[in-house]
Amino acid sequence: MAGDAPTSQEYIQHHLTNLAYGKHSDGSWGFAGTPEQIREMGFWAIHVDTMIWSIGLGILFLAFFTIVAKRATAGVPGSVQNLCEVAVEFVEDNITQVFGTRPNSVIGPLSLTILVWVFLMNLMDLVPVDLIPHAAYLAGVEYFKIVPTTDPNATLGMSIGVFLLVVYYNIKIKGPVKFATGFVTHPIPKWFMYPFNFILEIVDLIAKPLSHGLRLFGNLYAGEMIFILIALLYSSGIVLAVFGGFLQWAWAVFHILIICLQAFVFMILTIVYLTQAHETGEH
Amino acid sequence: MNINLTMIGQMISFMVFVVFCMKFVWPPLTQAMRERRKAIAEGLEKAADAEKKLEKANEAADLESAEAKRHAAELISQAQSRASQIVEEAKGLASEEAERIRQGAQGDIDQEINRAREELREKVSELAIEGAEKILESSIDEKAHQNMLKELSAKL
Repeated sequence: MAGDAPTSQEYIQHHLTNLAYGKHSDGSWGFAGTPEQIREMGFWAIHVDTMIWSIGLGILFLAFFTIVAKRATAGVPGSVQNLCEVAVEFVEDNITQVFGTRPNSVIGPLSLTILVWVFLMNLMDLVPVDLIPHAAYLAGVEYFKIVPTTDPNATLGMSIGVFLLVVYYNIKIKGPVKFATGFVTHPIPKWFMYPFNFILEIVDLIAKPLSHGLRLFGNLYAGEMIFILIALLYSSGIVLAVFGGFLQWAWAVFHILIICLQAFVFMILTIVYLTQAHETGEH
Repeated sequence: MNINLTMIGQMISFMVFVVFCMKFVWPPLTQAMRERRKAIAEGLEKAADAEKKLEKANEAADLESAEAKRHAAELISQAQSRASQIVEEAKGLASEEAERIRQGAQGDIDQEINRAREELREKVSELAIEGAEKILESSIDEKAHQNMLKELSAKL
């Protein structure tokens, strides 16, 4: 908020800018004051707000679940334990349906972490768009985005993490040779089609983590954008402000669905990719 | 839309969270759930077992009670036949006794009749003699008539 009364464009721009810490073009390190400065920082910048909120929510999730897990009893569970068990059971059910009952100690906790963590990060979208950023502004912080999943860095970071795991399992299950030759022999096992296969498989390989991460980002970014546009109505007269209040409520209700759905989709895609990595000898 | 170090940071924190979840969250929760599932399965099995046992016990009890009923009926019929037998016996005894009493009484009656007859005979003979005396007025040889009268009374 550079001026006293920002224009709509400035307002939107402000809400879509992360708090970045990085290397300025003159070589010194510090917080970026404007979106242009962030762009100039290039790769060597870190979105402090994204990191604070994602790590904070991750710790919240793990602390909650760890306390419950420590006290977990095989007897009659309390309501808090029940809540956690519902999440665990939901994840287990989905894994059994897609992944099957292959022994794997990673996929369960991985899916649970994704489901709950992504859900919590998405949930921040329901906090009124101006509440925390404005509080931060009053505290002297210029930019402060509170929904980590509207930052492509966050979603791509996770999807690439999953991608690395997929590559690991591909090599572990199929062996490095079969994994490598799979790039040229699939999907058409004819020698003259090898170059074509290679292009297809590479695109397929790269598209997976990219679409995986960008799908979550796109949905949440769009949702956040609509909240910001609705928030613009508040400064356009009493009638539009009341209308905006109603719109915000309606969109928030609808957004609850998107929040849950996208967390679920991210998890189920992770399971699907890992299942593909474990499958040998078909296609 | 700036791709920067945040992505790497996010990836690292993601991995740390997953590892933490793998070590401290997932195993105890799934363990507790598995144990509970086992306990419930065992409980259900035990309940089914108990139900079977109950059924068997019920069957045994039914058999026992039928046997008891049969035994009771037998006892009752035995008692009934014994009772009627006793009654029959009593009846027999009673009729015997009655017969005996009747015969006794009959004897008494006969005796009494004989006695009465005897008495009557004597009285009649006396009366006859008296009558005859009065008719004859005069003395008659009492002795001779006495013999005759005795003969007469014996004939009566």
